[in-house]
Amino acid sequence: MDHEIARLYETLKLVVGFIYPNEIELGWNLLIVVYPYITGLVAGAFILASLVKVFKVKEVQPTYRLALLTALSFLLVAPLPLVVHLTHPERGYEMFMTPSPTSAMAMFGFVYIWYLMAVLLMEIWFDYRKDFLELADQEKGYKRFVYRLLSLFTKDRSHEAFAFDKKAVYAITVVGIPSAFLLHGYVGFIFGSVKANPWWSSVLMPIVFLFSAIVSGIALVLLIYMVVVLLKRQEPDMACIDKLASFLFYMMIVDFSLEFLDFVHRIYQSEESIHILAQLISERLFTSLIVIQLILGMIIPLVAIALIKMFKWPAEIRRLSYFIVGLLVQFGIFSTRWNVVIGGQLFSKSFRGLTAYKMSVGGIEGLLVSLVFLVLPFVILYVLIRWLPPWEKEETPPVQG
Amino acid sequence: MEKEGPGDSPDKGKRDFCRMILVGVASLSVPGALVAATERKSLSDWYGIKYKPAEHLYAMGIKVDRCIGCGRCVDACKKENNVPDYPFYFRTWVERYIETEDGQTTVDSPNGGKDGFRAPVSDKRIFKTFFVPKICNQCEKPPCVQVCPVGATYRTEDGVVLVDSKWCIGCRYCIQACPYGMRYIHPTRRVADKCTFCYHRVVKGLLPACVEVCPTQARVFGDLKSKASPIIQFMRFNKTFVLKPGLNTEPKVYYADIDLEVR
Repeated sequence: MDHEIARLYETLKLVVGFIYPNEIELGWNLLIVVYPYITGLVAGAFILASLVKVFKVKEVQPTYRLALLTALSFLLVAPLPLVVHLTHPERGYEMFMTPSPTSAMAMFGFVYIWYLMAVLLMEIWFDYRKDFLELADQEKGYKRFVYRLLSLFTKDRSHEAFAFDKKAVYAITVVGIPSAFLLHGYVGFIFGSVKANPWWSSVLMPIVFLFSAIVSGIALVLLIYMVVVLLKRQEPDMACIDKLASFLFYMMIVDFSLEFLDFVHRIYQSEESIHILAQLISERLFTSLIVIQLILGMIIPLVAIALIKMFKWPAEIRRLSYFIVGLLVQFGIFSTRWNVVIGGQLFSKSFRGLTAYKMSVGGIEGLLVSLVFLVLPFVILYVLIRWLPPWEKEETPPVQG
Repeated sequence: MEKEGPGDSPDKGKRDFCRMILVGVASLSVPGALVAATERKSLSDWYGIKYKPAEHLYAMGIKVDRCIGCGRCVDACKKENNVPDYPFYFRTWVERYIETEDGQTTVDSPNGGKDGFRAPVSDKRIFKTFFVPKICNQCEKPPCVQVCPVGATYRTEDGVVLVDSKWCIGCRYCIQACPYGMRYIHPTRRVADKCTFCYHRVVKGLLPACVEVCPTQARVFGDLKSKASPIIQFMRFNKTFVLKPGLNTEPKVYYADIDLEVR
């Protein structure tokens, strides 16, 4: 606690203007930046997967299973920063036991469980059931048992059963798209519905969150696909990569337009909070908002993809450019989350001053723990890929029932 | 469609199944109801026989012109409620507004005003200056209560917003939702903490500590449901205002003689 108090005294020196005395300590810190970033990746990766199943975009088929497994890996980690961030994590289960019907946050547990159990796990199970049966045949010993367990001991290998699996995957994806929208739009609503905070309070917040989620999800699957192909020393499917980049481009245009609309709307309405928000951007968020989020994370990737599309560059250079674009987009979207979560707490609700965020390295709320939560999904993804190989065999013609 | 008799319905199995589920679900509420009944009993024990919360509605009046910025209220509050004595945790504080002749307004509240204020040092000519005590507005539509995911913060029947420190999970959504910056995480108990209008005192007919010690009676406390209460007199003889009325939180702390610079 002494360390905490010392940190607050240090922060006190950085305060500009007047803030309410209790505002010196930021309630939500780096962990809460990581949380919407991760859920955004989940929603984005799932929506990419649904492009294959519902919108029949055949080119991105090679990334379908990879996208699903990516979504699952990140979804499993998503609640961890939230729980760790609670001052009483041992009481966290009360969100399920005594949820307050008026609280947006209380619904998190239910939205999460719905998305995990009813959408993602179900879709993966139906999509992989045939593989589980085949893998159980090939493997021996405990691995065989694990695959049997994963298949929930189903034995039906009829054409009808496999045809049903396919139908189920389609149906779940159809339900899954609004669910993914719900999952991340809802995270945006948690911020957008706080009327006390003019930086957050915006009806556009859920939809901006959603499109930035799709952008980050597509960029992540693009990166993972390129790395996985490289590690497996396979020839990358350029049609697939080009298509992913195209979707990334379109989604970034929508995202950019929405954020631009929000910006113009605020300036034109010029409400009471406009001066402090201008000061917030110029004095506290210039690097993270203007340089990283806008220029590095948005404008440069957009221009790069546009140039690639206009001039038919060779595949090698295209791949390299897409890879850099993917990385820049990740930094940009992480910065977007930072600017929302941290930025929204750096100005006083008296609109008269700014506080500062002094990030610690160690400790529960420090940098290291957040880094662990950002790396953990990749470890889970590695394990998932080992057990549930996403490489699809040649598509067999659909079985006629 | 022909109506089938109860005995021969092919849906009988399904109906029985549904009935079973309904009965099962209903029986789950029995322990809940029992717990609610015992808690109700312990609540009336806590209040005592004579006190009926529904018969009161507490409010505070603050006469800005009377505040001299001595900070006794801040000190009394910290002592009465064991608020940690650091300049980051306050259930109430005093702000000083200095408007200079060039139209600029500066605000400060060193250590929440607890140690009083030093004379302002400025080259500019002062146009006017005044003190504003701040305290939880005990909103009728409290955003903090709305957002609490587990119902750990709630509004009592007599109009005071409280936090159940044994229930709070420490998500800090309430801190974000409060437009007045009234909440903080208690550094040792690690739960959300805020002004309670000294609820432990007022249900016994005592005044909140800050009101009790105010040497100029800048703070007036009372019961809006009692015509003889000082707050009714305050409301009657002053033109009153609440903070941030546009947010529709319906505060129960009313200010008289306030300046438009105050937020």
